[in-house]
Amino acid sequence: MYHYTDFDRAFVQERVNQFRGQVERRIDGSLKEEEFRPLRLMNGLYLQLHAYMLRVAIPYGTLRSDQMRTLALLAEKWDRGYGHFTTRQNIQYNWPALSDVPDMLQALADVGLHAIQTSGNTIRNVTADHFAGAAEDEIADPRPVAELLRQWSTDHPEFQFLPRKFKIAVTGAAHDRAVIQAHDIGIQIVENAKGEIGYKLLVGGGLGRTPMIGKVIEEFVAQEDLLPYCEAIVAAYNLLGRRDNKYKARIKITVFENGLDAFRDAVNEQFARTKPAFSGVDVKLFEEIRAQFAPPAWRNAPVDAYDATYEADPLFRSWADTNLTAHRAEGYAIVSVSLKKPGQTPGDATAAQMRALADLAQAYGHDELRISHEQNVILPHVHKSDLPALHAKLREHDLAAANIGLVSDIIACPGMDYCALATARSIPVAQQIALRFEELKLEHDVGPLKIKISGCINACGHHHVGHIGILGLDRAGVENYQVTLGGSGDETASIGERAGPGFSADEIVPAIERLVLGYLELRDSPEESFLAAYRRLGPAPFKAVLYPEQEAKRERADAA
Amino acid sequence: MPRKFTPKVVTANRLLEGDAVWLTADGRWTPDMREAELLDEEAHAELRLLVAQSQADLVVGPYLADAVAGTAGPEPTHFRETFRTRGPSNYAHGKQVEL
Repeated sequence: MYHYTDFDRAFVQERVNQFRGQVERRIDGSLKEEEFRPLRLMNGLYLQLHAYMLRVAIPYGTLRSDQMRTLALLAEKWDRGYGHFTTRQNIQYNWPALSDVPDMLQALADVGLHAIQTSGNTIRNVTADHFAGAAEDEIADPRPVAELLRQWSTDHPEFQFLPRKFKIAVTGAAHDRAVIQAHDIGIQIVENAKGEIGYKLLVGGGLGRTPMIGKVIEEFVAQEDLLPYCEAIVAAYNLLGRRDNKYKARIKITVFENGLDAFRDAVNEQFARTKPAFSGVDVKLFEEIRAQFAPPAWRNAPVDAYDATYEADPLFRSWADTNLTAHRAEGYAIVSVSLKKPGQTPGDATAAQMRALADLAQAYGHDELRISHEQNVILPHVHKSDLPALHAKLREHDLAAANIGLVSDIIACPGMDYCALATARSIPVAQQIALRFEELKLEHDVGPLKIKISGCINACGHHHVGHIGILGLDRAGVENYQVTLGGSGDETASIGERAGPGFSADEIVPAIERLVLGYLELRDSPEESFLAAYRRLGPAPFKAVLYPEQEAKRERADAA
Repeated sequence: MPRKFTPKVVTANRLLEGDAVWLTADGRWTPDMREAELLDEEAHAELRLLVAQSQADLVVGPYLADAVAGTAGPEPTHFRETFRTRGPSNYAHGKQVEL
């Protein structure tokens, strides 16, 4: 894991000191709100419906136990005892008082965390596959690349006033768990015919108002060209991107309006300028970073305890079947800890739960934790012999929900329960769907199904790439929920199609129930997932179950 | 034709706590919307908004929000404003337990 250098520490400390002064000057009246607002946003501090909100970056979703304990401390000391993990591998605190924020940032800086560039038209927290360094299927760990990009993009003088915000995601595996096709730049680590590691680069993906799937701009960028090439992309966008209309300012629109080839030409022109400026220090730095991400010393131990518990304990078995993923090291497993117990707010963890997770990471997980964009916590390296004890501890802390990848493992943005931009609530919809399916005892039969809910068109809840997406809108002063179908955020990424008219807050949960029950009738075997069935059959039969009245009308018309 | 003026309240978020507050007739900022001044006249509403905007040391982002007269005082007409009077629906936090 990466440890801050003296330079990193001094830089983050300097920013905390600056912000402390800025907050003091805002409170004593020497700074007006218009002057203060961009300064607080540069430090991740928003003003929401009921309070300020502090968004803290968790770089590429990776945490040590001491960092997780500090996140717990912030929740307990300066917030209301919990934090909300987001789809961008950040954590948000919903209730800080303005005067406490400098102390919160100081506590974060003390463990190498910060809230820099978690807002504003800058390069945001670089995200990565949450199974990085542990996944069986990866070519290389994406985190050294993400850390290199973090260092390059943090306070980059050319990129502090981009046309709009800019998001980068990295995957080290062909199976994409980082949704790289929905990012401004998506990076996939690849290996060429000569066995050299390089990067496939995508640009112009994004969700929001105008969802688009990223396009491959280069099939293979060599290590020494990665930073100059990324700098060339952002520089080209910085010049070409529109500043006249905020809704057309993201790079996806720049690429779309100019065409990929013209945009690539502009990037290559910039590359001729950026490449000579990189002397090779970036490659040297990358090697130094990479060394810090060396895998831990794997333990070689028998797994009998795991096998015995798996046979004897049905609760453990159910949890192991859904929440464990194959690990690259013999005898190990990747543990996904669900923050989606039915009825719970997706992505929320209490201070006590965060501390319990930190303890578990320290005791059983080589001191590593990850936050997934799906709003769960990952213990990436757990030896199988420790799993029964770990599971027992998770149960004590109400963290043992066995539902990863199932109906109740729902992504939901904060929605209008907190967010000033939201047009409707999303949390209660997620809670009710999860509770309903728990009642039906169906979700293991239904199998893999990704439901994603956003409370506005900006799509923080990734609804466009949900197998079932739900978008909350304000229709004439009433909450209304649109359903999209067939979206996907993996390597087969697709944007979901709108199913039809929206549903009221009372209608949306029964509508999702009809849809899922309808799928059970439509699938050709229990092995065919919702998404596979949708892709085979198309939208018509799904719309028919979603809108039975229209279907009945159509049938009557056909009969007449 | 200009749109007919509908009654309003002046609302904002408090600078230090960030919570929602409303402007009263006697110029206080209250966390209880029912104590707010209901503004029936457009010119007066604009004037009260100017007063609010001059208090940047107390509040952030004042604006006029639609409201109607209720039995105990002004009430919101839009669900967003209703949520601001009570807090989030997923926890018993905010005004629903603090007022």
